[in-house]
Amino acid sequence: MGFSLFTPLSWNDTGFILTGVLNTIYISVVAIVIGTILGAIVGFVRAESNKWVNMLLGSVLDILRSVPLIIQLILFTTYVGVIGYPLEPFVAGSIILSLYTMAFMSEVFRGGFESVPKPMQVAARSLGMSYWQTLRYVRLHIGLRAVFTSWLGVALSVIKDSALVSVIGYMELLRTSEQLISRTQQPLEILIGVGIFYFIISYPLSLYGKHVERKMAL
Amino acid sequence: MEYQYHWNTVFDKMPELLDAAFVTLHVSILSLIIGLIIAVFLALGKMSDRKILNYMSGFWIEIARNTPALFLIYMAYFGLGAFGINLSPYFAVLSGLIFINAGYLAETFRGGFLSIPKTQYSASKSLGMNKFQIYKYIILPQMFRKIYHPMTNQFVWSVLMSSLGILVGMSELSGETQRLQSLSFRTLEFFMVAAVMYYIIVKFILISTSLLAKKIFKGDI
Repeated sequence: MGFSLFTPLSWNDTGFILTGVLNTIYISVVAIVIGTILGAIVGFVRAESNKWVNMLLGSVLDILRSVPLIIQLILFTTYVGVIGYPLEPFVAGSIILSLYTMAFMSEVFRGGFESVPKPMQVAARSLGMSYWQTLRYVRLHIGLRAVFTSWLGVALSVIKDSALVSVIGYMELLRTSEQLISRTQQPLEILIGVGIFYFIISYPLSLYGKHVERKMAL
Repeated sequence: MEYQYHWNTVFDKMPELLDAAFVTLHVSILSLIIGLIIAVFLALGKMSDRKILNYMSGFWIEIARNTPALFLIYMAYFGLGAFGINLSPYFAVLSGLIFINAGYLAETFRGGFLSIPKTQYSASKSLGMNKFQIYKYIILPQMFRKIYHPMTNQFVWSVLMSSLGILVGMSELSGETQRLQSLSFRTLEFFMVAAVMYYIIVKFILISTSLLAKKIFKGDI
């Protein structure tokens, strides 16, 4: 029997792949949760504030949306390294992915808050509700319901974009599979497996989004 | 110790970076145009009554929409090798982007098409228009208005996602930046300049497309 540098895929790799799967889910959930919270706050501020504050906030968010995620990740990791606070790939990845998510979420929430008609808010105030009560019982209720499908869309794109965190060395699913490919030289089988994984996470959620959208349209 | 910025190293390589920026721009334009053409067929397939066409278009669209771009580019670059097709990095990125653009735009087209009420067909027929006239004067102008904005978004998205070329060694803006910084180790400076260039490209696209929209649609969009 000859010696081979490459060993085929085996059941021993299950644990390795599973780590990749869990890491992908982990970083996506972290980014979606933090991004949603920050995005809701920023979106609210943007819906409430005047033109100048809006322009300032908008231009910052614009940068996050107009520079490729990969470049942002590389720049951020290099920068924190240079100033002397190197971060773990997971931490750096979560920070950038969360900010990136925030940039998109803030638009979603801003649209939601602005979708509540002004007369409705005035009506609520005239019923004796305070500012915060109006926000809590009227604007949040109606605004958030309107944005659910767009929120889901952004969340799904974050799951897919989390694959890019592999550039800074985070062992998510795609990087795991890349390493397996270089060992086993079976790119097709491994990649199809990876594709199926992303698909079974993303497809049911997008179907659910369509379902909700249809239900709300009626 | 303070970090010393060496901007001159980057500015010396500006011609290379600008060339690479043009590669980025042209790969995204090409992927958008070819994607558009395929998207028309996919949208027609998705709306056709033939089951087989329906399933095939649905398969393409859902895969494009539900898997990461990086996965599809890897698939083109590494995966197709199993069938004896070895794409260069350039074609791997291009075909990955085409695949996704086609999938997303097909849904956009379908949405635009379905959003036009059926009564308009009957109305234009009753005015004596033939099928060609109905499409030329009634349906397509309205559809174009609806899909114009999603199309520009898709264009911007293609520019941003072509940066994945860095991972398969394509020499578009990101890949070239990566190569140049590895020669001098001025990573921070090079990627900052690349980020600014991407920002300018994206802004340029958004401004020019919105000016174009004003010109075509004469304000009423």
